[in-house]
Amino acid sequence: MLRLVPENTKINFLGMRMIALAVSTMLVLASIGLYVSKDLNYGIDFKGGSSVAFELTEPVDLGHIREMLGSLNLGDTSVKEFGAPEKAMVGIELQDGDEEVQNQTIELVKSTFSAEYPDIVYLSSGSIGSTVSGELKSDGILAVSLAVFFVLLYIWFRFEWQFGLGAVIALVHDVVLTIGFFAITQLEFNLSIIAALLTIVGYSLNDTVVVYDRVRENIRRYNKLTLLEVLNLSLNQTLARTLMTSITTLIALFALFFFGGEVIKGFTAAMIWGVVIGTYSSVFIASPMLLFFNVKREQMIIHSDDSQA
Amino acid sequence: MILAVCLFGLWSAMPNFLSLEQRASMQGFLPEKAVSLGLDLKGGLYLELGVDSDAVVKSRMDSLSDQVKDIRRTERLSLRQFKVDGSVLTFNLRDVTEMDKLLPKLRPLAQVNPTLLGVAKAEIEIENDELGNVSVTLTDFGLAELKRQALAQVISVLGKRLDPEGTREMSLQPRGEDRLILQIPGVKEVQPIIDLINQQAVLTFHMVDETTTSDDIARGRVRPSAMIADEYDGETLIRKIAIEKRVMLTGENLKSASVTFDQNNKTVVGFVFDTAGGKKFADITRKNVGKRFAIKLDDRVISAPVINGPILGGSGIIQGGFTVEKATELSTLMAAGALPAKLTVMDQQLVGPDLGADNIKAGKMAIMIGFAGVIVYMVLTYGRFGLAANTALIVNVIMILGLLSILGATLTLPGIAGIVLTMGMAVDANVLVFERIREEQALGRTPMNALENGYRQALSTIFDANFTTFLAAAVLYFLGSGPIKGFAVTLSIGIVTSVFTAVVVTRLILVLWLGGKRLTKLPI
Repeated sequence: MLRLVPENTKINFLGMRMIALAVSTMLVLASIGLYVSKDLNYGIDFKGGSSVAFELTEPVDLGHIREMLGSLNLGDTSVKEFGAPEKAMVGIELQDGDEEVQNQTIELVKSTFSAEYPDIVYLSSGSIGSTVSGELKSDGILAVSLAVFFVLLYIWFRFEWQFGLGAVIALVHDVVLTIGFFAITQLEFNLSIIAALLTIVGYSLNDTVVVYDRVRENIRRYNKLTLLEVLNLSLNQTLARTLMTSITTLIALFALFFFGGEVIKGFTAAMIWGVVIGTYSSVFIASPMLLFFNVKREQMIIHSDDSQA
Repeated sequence: MILAVCLFGLWSAMPNFLSLEQRASMQGFLPEKAVSLGLDLKGGLYLELGVDSDAVVKSRMDSLSDQVKDIRRTERLSLRQFKVDGSVLTFNLRDVTEMDKLLPKLRPLAQVNPTLLGVAKAEIEIENDELGNVSVTLTDFGLAELKRQALAQVISVLGKRLDPEGTREMSLQPRGEDRLILQIPGVKEVQPIIDLINQQAVLTFHMVDETTTSDDIARGRVRPSAMIADEYDGETLIRKIAIEKRVMLTGENLKSASVTFDQNNKTVVGFVFDTAGGKKFADITRKNVGKRFAIKLDDRVISAPVINGPILGGSGIIQGGFTVEKATELSTLMAAGALPAKLTVMDQQLVGPDLGADNIKAGKMAIMIGFAGVIVYMVLTYGRFGLAANTALIVNVIMILGLLSILGATLTLPGIAGIVLTMGMAVDANVLVFERIREEQALGRTPMNALENGYRQALSTIFDANFTTFLAAAVLYFLGSGPIKGFAVTLSIGIVTSVFTAVVVTRLILVLWLGGKRLTKLPI
């Protein structure tokens, strides 16, 4: 049978904690730097504006589409291929004026395209005014913050405060790096990416909790081992499972990425990145945090409500 | 028990695998509901509409002001200095001694609606001082009630306007106190829908002011009781016309409206008044033979015919140089009634049927490939134990579909992503258990012992790990909107069913399989 990880590995994960910490700090700083300097490529959900996706019978001449849009004087516009050479999507920035103006803009763009390409088929179109986009943005920030906060409470309640804090640091690490990923790739950051962020929070946490659970069990069981040894032992014991689950999840995600269609590509890209980062962070960030916060054995033994040793 | 749960899941998921005809032939045996598809999968229009609540409040305050002026006339009171500011109406009573006469007349102006607990709350609050200053204020309750009623009216009117036959499967739901979400499947063009939404469609009937000459109109000189309006023939402005301000009849008195043809075979809109309206109409037409009558929709006079004789039947036609489309639009607007205020389109998304079909195809493809990938990988790693986990995985996907059908949830593309993601994560619980069994066996336990211990030890971990993911999904559900909600629903359902299938179902399979055998080592 296939064994990803040989039995009884004795990798000294904690020995690499300083390197991991340095790498992560750099990546986090780089992400923040990128976010500040390049900003994200927000979708119309967050910045308001309009978009039209269409299909032609011939491959789309993106340059010509750009020229046509330019002649309409709509300010900042974007044109990109949409899954196939015959399909394209244009984005138009929020126009001055009320919501009605956004709608007229779509109609103007459509009628211009229809005049040029009589066989054009419109796949989708939409516009979002500034009120709704502002709300979506604040709701998104609120959602991610709330999720992280609840997680902190839950882990604190189930384990100890050091675990809660360690898990949350790992989560913030994952979220920041994912935002950095979107800043550097300039993939569109839209509402579904918020969903991806929350799922990454859930997934990374899942991983962290499995490791923490083992740490708690081992602290109680092996009272001769130092905390560092217990952490290394727990990480090695759960390593097979950590990799196994990441791989099955990645298999599903890659299937979505390659076959799930254009609309959710950004979402799956974020998830794939998040799963990789989340797996890394539960091993190299969340666990060393317990060492930095110095979990005491006595704390774990008093709380032996569900002792299994 | 376990089997019963699985079979129930299968039963409720069944309609999703069958075509409509098959479903019809099995009526009574299978549940009727299949998962309904979101607009991103079947194509259609999503609109978020805002109701102008300020205008609703203003029109209520204006009508209060008119009612007070009516009291002034009937009671011959010395009222002056009328002023409306937001939700406050103020005026002054010159002769303070008349206050006792005024106040009892003001109180009935409040529309009192009993609350849930049966306690009546006042919609307005009346205050006065010794100088004769009176203020009529809408209370917070009154404001909330006003907005609630306006929203309810918008939903009812839009329902009649956009779906007079009731066959469109559209959904109109309030969101917050002054917004609503409109979803119509199968729509390809946005503009006709927006045209129907954008008009408030306040229909009023006025007499034409014949004393004002066209010269006066050009100079903008009209009597205080009259006003100048634009007269249209179809879509073209033909002239300015002076009409009496006084409203003779309104669209509220209409019973129905429809497109018909007149004797010249021109498209016209026919309408029928209700009993009260019909009587008034007969009265007006009898008294005003030979004069002109103006029919006004919002700020346009759409027709101003001469009254040729009394119309007693309570019905009439509007000739206005309409195309068939315009006449249809007008009759729909007339039949549905007026909106309490103008609506704004705040957010719109149109998904064409082609993209919807593409999305479904892509979603199916991703599910199958993801499924196959995970299944093959599990068998490669855990052998026959992997088979047990795969069986559980299949049961899991069926149960997700079943639960979605029962809950009447809507499946969106992010929802499909949720299912695919759950498949990847669903095996996690089994991976936890299987790895634990391997460990226990390595520690030298007997096969059945290792199996038991593996499940027991992994259980608390599985619970903790899944509960935290569930937390994130719950936050998504409560704060997310539209498709994101759909994703949160499938993800949370997936978490619950995957724990059930991975822990309970695989265990059953393994116990059935290993139960009678004497093994020295588990094949894991």
